[in-house]
Order: sequence, then C-alpha cells, then structure tokens
Amino acid sequence: MSEPAITPELVQKHNLTPEEYEKLKATLGREPSYTELGIFSVMWSEHCSYKNTRPLLKTFPTKSPRILVGAGEENAGIIDIGDGLAIAFKIESHNHPSAVEPFQGAATGVGGIIRDIFTMGARPICSVNSLRFGPITEDAKRANSTGANELSPIANNRRLFGGVVAGIAHYGNCFGIPTVAGEVYFDKSYEGNPLVNAFCLGVLRHEQIARGQACGIGNPVFYVGPATGRDGLAGAAFASQDLTEESAEKQRGAVQVGDPFMEKLVCEACLELLATGAVAGIQDMGAAGLTCSTCETAARAGTGIEIELDKVPQRAPDMSSYEIMLSESQERMLIIVHKGREEEVKRIFDKWDLPWSEIGVVTDTGHMVVKHHGKIVADIPARKIADESPVYQREAKEPAYLKEVRAFNLSGVPDTQDPMADLKALLGWPTIASKNWVYRQYDHMVRDNTVVCPGSDAAVLRIKEDCLPAVSATQHATHTTPEKLIALSVDGNGAYVYLDPYEGGKIVVAEAARNLACSGAAPLGVTDNLNYANPHNPELFWQLKESVRGLADACRAFNAPVTGGNCSLYNQHPAGPIDPTPTVAMVGMIDKPEHITTQWFKDEGDAIILLGEVVDASDPLFGLGGSAYLQRIHGLKNGTPPRCDLEKEKELHLALRALIYSGVVKSAHDCSEGGLAVTLAESCISQQIARETPRLIGAQIDLTEEAVPPSPPLEERAGERRPVPNLDAAVHGDSPTADRAAALRLDALLFGEAQGRVIISVAAVDAVKVLAQAKILGISATRIGTVGGEGLQIKTPGATLSGDVTELHDLWWNSIARAMR
Amino acid sequence: MKAKIVITPKKAVLDPQGKTVQNALALMGYTGVGAVHVGKYLEIELTGADKDMASRQIAEACHKILSNPVIEDYRFEIE
Amino acid sequence: MNFAVLQFPGSNCDQDVVHVLRNVLGHSARLLWHKDSSLGEADAVIVPGGFSYGDYLRTGAIARFSPVMDAVQRFAADGGLVLGICNGFQILCEAGLLPGALIRNRSLQFRCEHTFLKTATADSSFTSRIPPDKLLRVPIAHGEGCYFADEETLARLKANHQILWRYVTAQGEPTEAANPNGSLDNIAGICNEQRNVAGLMPHPERASELILGCADGRLVFESMIHALVGKPVALAT
Repeated sequence: MSEPAITPELVQKHNLTPEEYEKLKATLGREPSYTELGIFSVMWSEHCSYKNTRPLLKTFPTKSPRILVGAGEENAGIIDIGDGLAIAFKIESHNHPSAVEPFQGAATGVGGIIRDIFTMGARPICSVNSLRFGPITEDAKRANSTGANELSPIANNRRLFGGVVAGIAHYGNCFGIPTVAGEVYFDKSYEGNPLVNAFCLGVLRHEQIARGQACGIGNPVFYVGPATGRDGLAGAAFASQDLTEESAEKQRGAVQVGDPFMEKLVCEACLELLATGAVAGIQDMGAAGLTCSTCETAARAGTGIEIELDKVPQRAPDMSSYEIMLSESQERMLIIVHKGREEEVKRIFDKWDLPWSEIGVVTDTGHMVVKHHGKIVADIPARKIADESPVYQREAKEPAYLKEVRAFNLSGVPDTQDPMADLKALLGWPTIASKNWVYRQYDHMVRDNTVVCPGSDAAVLRIKEDCLPAVSATQHATHTTPEKLIALSVDGNGAYVYLDPYEGGKIVVAEAARNLACSGAAPLGVTDNLNYANPHNPELFWQLKESVRGLADACRAFNAPVTGGNCSLYNQHPAGPIDPTPTVAMVGMIDKPEHITTQWFKDEGDAIILLGEVVDASDPLFGLGGSAYLQRIHGLKNGTPPRCDLEKEKELHLALRALIYSGVVKSAHDCSEGGLAVTLAESCISQQIARETPRLIGAQIDLTEEAVPPSPPLEERAGERRPVPNLDAAVHGDSPTADRAAALRLDALLFGEAQGRVIISVAAVDAVKVLAQAKILGISATRIGTVGGEGLQIKTPGATLSGDVTELHDLWWNSIARAMR
Repeated sequence: MKAKIVITPKKAVLDPQGKTVQNALALMGYTGVGAVHVGKYLEIELTGADKDMASRQIAEACHKILSNPVIEDYRFEIE
Repeated sequence: MNFAVLQFPGSNCDQDVVHVLRNVLGHSARLLWHKDSSLGEADAVIVPGGFSYGDYLRTGAIARFSPVMDAVQRFAADGGLVLGICNGFQILCEAGLLPGALIRNRSLQFRCEHTFLKTATADSSFTSRIPPDKLLRVPIAHGEGCYFADEETLARLKANHQILWRYVTAQGEPTEAANPNGSLDNIAGICNEQRNVAGLMPHPERASELILGCADGRLVFESMIHALVGKPVALAT
C-alpha cells in the first residue's frame, strides 16, 4: 500500500504547525513516515498533550496526605478513604463527538471514563455527568437573543439534549453503573456546541492499584477486547480544533459506536485478571487507541514497546498501519503480562468469551516500534513523544466585553412587578427546573448503594464490601470491610465565569463544596473539566487563565486537591465561543449515616433558618449580576456576579457540618441559581416518594425585616426579632439614599444569588439553640420562617407572595418534559 | 446465500415506536400517513448451498430465537 | 436456605440480590455462571436483572438458551421456586416459564423511579408474607417493562389469580398515571399456573434496607424463605 508523501499541506491537515513539525523531525532525527505523522499529531494534540494548558494546570493544588495517585500520574487520581480503601475518580469531556452524533458521542464518553477507572484496578460504582445545551424553550426574552428564526435551533438543541441523555442512559444502564448526580444548563452560548462531561468513580483496596506502565523487559503485551475498525479515526485531533459545520460533517462517518455490554464483560474480565497478579501494567485504549496506550505505558515505565499490527484483531479489511494505530474503536485494553503467566489471561478472557491477542513485547530500547507486514512503520522514542510535547504560554488579554459588564448597574432594570409570576417563571426555566426528565432515564440505583438519589444537593452513596474488586483466591480478605459513605456533586455556572472568570471560577468550587456540606459531607478532592473556546484568542485564553486561578484558590481554601481532569478547548461554533465553563466534580465523605442530610423540608412546625447573609450589602448589584433572574426575566446575561468570600464560605461549611453533626438539622439546601425564593420553593416541593407522588409541604416565610442592609452585627441578629422598620418609602424607590433604595429592591431580596447561603430546617424547639450555636461558630443565622401551612408564603416589605405548592411543583417538575414532548 | 428477515410487532401489540413515528410524520406535514409499525430487519449470510435446507433452518431460528411469537411476526426470503 | 443467583454475561443486579439474601436476610446465596449445567444445591433460583447479552436481539432472548436455563427448566418442572426480577422476568417469559412478554415502555424511555405495588393475592410463595392491603414501595429500572399477553392469556391469568402485583397510586388505585410503562392491567408481576415461578419488573432487592429508603422489598424474599422452611424466619438486620 502506498502511503501519501509528507507535504506541508498534509502536516497542516494533521493540526501540526510548521514549528511543531520541525520539533517532530528533531525528536526523530529524520523525516517521519505517514504513520508516524499520524501518531505525532494525536500525541501532540491538545486532547492528549495539554500543550496549551499544562502551565495553568500546574497551578492547581494537587497534594494531600490522602492522595495515593496524583494528578497526571495515571489515568485517574486515587484518594485514600481509610481502612485500606481508596476511591479513583475522574471527569472527561466528549463534547465534539456529541455535537456530531449525540447518542453515540455521549455513550462513548461514558464508556471511556468507565475504562479509565477500571484501568486503575478499581471497580466503577457510579457515574455523574455535567451537560450544557442551547435553550430548549422559547422564552419571551432570551439572553443575547438574535431574534432571527429561533425555532430551528431550538429543535436542534432538543435533539442534541434528548440524544445525549439517551446515550448516557443506554451506556450506563446497560453496563450496570448508577448515574447518581449531574447538572444541566441551557444557554445560547452552547448552541451547536453542547458540553458532555462524564465522571466515573471506582473503589479499590490500596494494594489493588494498577498502573499503566509497560514494566518488565520481555513481558508480553496483550490486546483484549473487540476488533479494531475504522471508528473515530483521529478523534483526539478532531477534538482539538474548532467545531465547524464542515468538520462536523466530515466526522459523521467516523463516530465511534459504544458497546456497553462488551465493556461490562471487559471490565469484569480485567478485574478478575488483575486479582490473579499476572498483570504488570494495564491501559485502556481511549483517544488515539493503540498509539496513546503504547506510548504512554512505555513512557511511564521508561521502557520500549514493540508491537506487530498483523496480530491486532481487525474488523475491516485492508486497514493501513496508520488506520490501525489511530483507530478509536471502543472497549479495547492493552495489558502487559508477567512473562510465563500468559495462560491466565487466555483462560479468563476465554471464560468471558472475549477476543484477545498477544501483539508485542516490552523492550529496553525506549522506543515504540510498530511493525506491519514485516516492515517497521513507526519507530519513535516513547518518552520524548509523550513527555516532551510542545508547551505554549499563550497570550492572555483581558476581554473588552468585561468593561461593559463592570459598568452594568441596575438603574435600567425595573424591579419585579409580580414576584410570584417571576418565581414561577424561574422554577419552570429549564436550567432551574427539576431534571427528573433526565435522571429518570438513568438507572440511578443499580448496585444497591444509592442512599440519596438525584434530586437533592448532592448524591450520597454507600461503599460496601461488594463494591470492591475481588481479591485473588489465594489471598483471603482477612477482615470485613467497614461501610463508607461518600457524597458527590458536580457544578459549573458558565455565566458567572463569563462575567468574571476569577470570581466565577471560585464560585464553581464553592458551590460544589457547599452542596457537599449540605449533605453532611466534607470534601476529599475534586476532578475538573475545563471547557473553553480557542486558546489562540488572547481574550478567550484570559478567561481560561483567570478562571483556573479562581478554581485553584478555591480548591486550596476547601482543602480539596485536584486529582486530575480534562481540558476541552476549541468549543466554539460559527455563532461564537461558548461561555468559559469549568465543571468541577467534588467528592466528599460522610462519617456516619445519621449525618446524611437532604434538601427538602421534613415536618410541619419546623423552624426555617437562613445561614449566611440575606443580602450582600457590599455587592452593588446585590447578587443579581449574572443571575438566573436577570437572564430569564430580563433577558440579560450581564453584571458582575456575586462575590465569593472563600474564608466566609469555608466558615459556613464548617458551621453547617457542625450543626449537622450535632443532630439538629433536618434539611439543608444551598442557595444558588434563583436565589432565596427558588431555594425555599425547592425545599417545599423537591421530595419525591414515588412515581407521580411528590411530598409537598408548605412554608411561611417572613423577610420583612431582613431586607435592610447592611447586616447588623451578629449579636443583634442571633436573638429575638427586631421591630419591623417602615420600609415602604425605600421599596418604592423614594429613599433619599440611592444605594439604600437599590438594596431594598424586591428582586434582589428574592432572587439575588449572594454566595455563602444555606437554608436549613430544624425542630422548633431547637431553633434558639441553633441560632446560638451559629453565633458561637461565627456565622450569621436568621430564623426566617416555619415549615407548614397553606402553600409557600413569603412576606416581604413590598409584597406578600403566595404560591400553591401543587402548582409550583408542576411547573418545576414538568417543564423539561413539556419542552421535550 | 443470504437470508433477509423482517420482524414486525403483531398488530394487536402496542407499538409506541410506530405511534411516535406516525405522529412525527404527521407533524412534518406528510399527509395520508396511516399506522406505522417499526420492526427489525436482519441479514444473515449463509455458507451452505441448499436453499430448502436453509429455508427450514431460518424458519426454525425465526420461531425459536430471532422473533418472539407472543409479540412478533416474521417473514423472510433467501436469495 | 440456599439460593442460586444466575449470572449471565451482562447481568448487573446479580451482586445486589446476593447482598440482600446473604447480608440482609442471613441466607446462603451464590452466583451460578450461565455456562453451568447444574444448579447444585439450590433451594430456590433467582434470575436477576441486568442486560443479559446486551439485550441485543430482544430482552432475555439469548439468555434463555444458556446451559444453565435447561437446569432451571428442570428445577421449575420439579416444583422448585424460581423468581425473575426485571431482566430475569423477561428471560423467564422468553423461556416460556411465564406467559406473555415484556415490550418497550409506552414512553419509549428507560424509567428509573419508585412505584407503589399492590399485591393481588397472598396465595403464592412470593407474596404470602405481605400483609393484605400493604402497598409496597419498590423501584423500577427498565426500558422494556410493558407487560403484554393476548386476551385469552390475560383472562387466564386473572381467572387463576396469577397476577401477583399491580402498579398503583399511593391510594392503592391501579390508574393510568400509576402505570410506569403501559403494562396491560397495570401488571407488575405474575406467576405461572403451578405458582412456583414468578417474575416482576420492580426490584425488591433495591428496597430491602432502610438506609436505601425502604425495606418493603424484603417481604418478597421473606415470603420465599417462609415457603421454603414452612415457618416464619428470624431475620438478621
């Protein structure tokens, strides 16, 4: 077969710059073959090499005594959870493939991350995902509305959303992994470029950690799993360029197809094989398949590897060496076996009726040598290509639009005229509405570990004996494993990050940590997925740089080291770049079952207490900047988002956990999109007993005196109620001092998104005690109402809102289903 | 030789897929569209040369495993 | 008691059933590989949920031809207790051990949520310990759980009291809204004429511990255990 000659055009088609091509030649000491060019192009793509982001990633805190495998070392980080147990987890994007073929794109994203986890020797026990799409409903005023022919993009957004959810469900459900948590935002900026970030977590014993290393000169290299076809050729390179109509069309034929049934078998077989001790190294074939897996295992071990492509099982006839090396056929693994123990591999893979083939051997040359039809088609120094990829310090420049954002004030925004109508609109806004249409399609209970199902602030799982990979028959488990409880949350408000990358980055982490605290958990670590646009644009790179600084500062503050993650750049569509969207999945631990806390109100008569300030008086926009309220009600994605005071936030989480540990907290719900009003409504309507059977409960709230900023000193707040000042003048904007008038805006009070706030409920008899305790713990706490009564009633200085909980529930619960009907 | 097998849901069986496709076609403006039935199509490559024998085998396989007689009908041709 | 829990390629609720039988109910339970042709020492067989063979041709269609299913057929013919859960129910229908079939949910979507079940009769080895009028809160998780049988079969099921569970509202009514998948007559589970083989789409093993929110599902397993020993069982907690 004749191979194309290497021309500058061909090099460019491989997304390598002329400088990179020179570096390539220097690495090889000669001109590359066609296959080698393909190998370099994927190994040096952003997806595999992080060439644009590596300097930034180094700023993340990655150390903690609990970390057993750190960021970047292996396929996933591993954290000690005590008693000899550990968890492995990671998040990864599959944005571009999902834009092209939503069902298979999302499905293979789930499959890929599950493989990353069992490659580490861990048994995958849960999935989580973070999704972004263009709007699926036509709002009266859409943020950044173009006004032109809106219907067809919305239909397409629905198609992508429905396809992605179905794909995730298909893969996870069939594999038998519960999808326990997630988040979905809908925003114009993701139109045509949806984000699909899939997370997986697995459990293992410390001694079961497997490595992706080609150890032991002379050890045989096995290929296991289904045959190689022409699927997803050069997907990694595809993921590293701007998404255009043309590139999407070109790739359609090449999208990989996932087979969750195959993956289940491969996973069980690999875990069974790992238990025998016959495995020297193991690596999944993800992006760039054979290329990445062979280069990386050799590079990590400092060895060489030699493979023969004739021995690779092939599905399509006449595949070239280029195609075999770059294929992204799914569910394949590379396993390096201790010499002499080949029979065990064969026995186990035969038991599971899985294809296997011995394709090569570990060498001492340091080179990755690929032979095909008796000829050497690639001979590359493995460590050099893996570790010495180009690194770029990209230029960063503050985006011009931020000037306008900072200048934004509320003078042009009329206060809410009908707060109940606005609350209803927000509850039915797909970004805020219940995601049951999504998670009811996911099996979120398989494996019998899901303690708190989707629908609360964080999912809670127990880890029991059968979550662990089997130990070998010879080494018997000496002691019974104590059960553990972990909590998971994934967060990422792209609008905040767009409007203020640094603060927005902090908020992403703070919200995840707050969600965990609400469930009774303390953070163990995070994995992050950085979804951004083209890094060559200095303004877009500035977003990346600043938000990473925010993420890193917040991770440090919450003592939540980053154990790994993924970067997805070039997320843009002809209409423009996506909002910079870092998503953070945080995992925490809950010490005792009695600490598990859910977000919904429990019993009539319970006291409702707000932890944190009612309004952040130091914020000129009073929490409305970038808020869901401004977006949904006024069609504005503008204004500096709320400030995130990491010290205060941390104190709040510590205090909340202390209150939970003392046994008095009956519910805790974090205040985020939609502010106080949405949080209160959700606390009334979010408990679901069974199909068509919500448990609705009313709440009587009095915010009349809480609308007065600035907050008085703690001594005054924690005690009895103060007399209600006459605020009418201020509410109607006639106040002599302008900032005071603005502070008392009803929309800011109800829908402002000031950070560092949590709504808890406690038994009425405990209320005074809790307020006193909060005072000792140094956080602001205010009793704002009582659970029960007719519907949700919120008294404010300007108006009293009354909502029927059945109606609020219907809007919140059914909005997405109605949009997708 | 090749066996081409078509499996369809029995008329009495609820066919939500068919119903959904029918509605979608109507929504898209296709007129004169009646009931839609969504089934499966299988193509099986056969190595033998005896067509009658193959036909008997395929009929048996259709009845035993490829279709579920409780909910599905099948028909096939061998060419 | 000795329970044999079948394990097909693609089974994924096998461990869950073993966990409940062993650790919650204190009985012996072991996994039986689909290539085994003997059940060994088994007092009862559970065919667990999952996606056997990826559910690729039809749910349960390929699994029924596994060697172990021959043994299950003999065991059932001899009066042995067999319970199929979710994919297990589908397999038992495909194998002809239970009448009818399970087809795609009316919504065309996979559904995972809690449902209320009303037990139609206490006269079976799977329901005898369920107090009359007690509604069971048990989750479902399936894409093809819509029970279908022709009119004649349905009439026979009713006449013989073979319908064991129906999906109902919190008030116990078998309404359309309570029906998560479009099943005929809100059927969630049935047994055979001999009453020793049963299948249901909901997952009792996911509702057998209070930490998971509900322990109603235990009553199904306790009924089986009761039938096997012929007397009430002391429960491990």
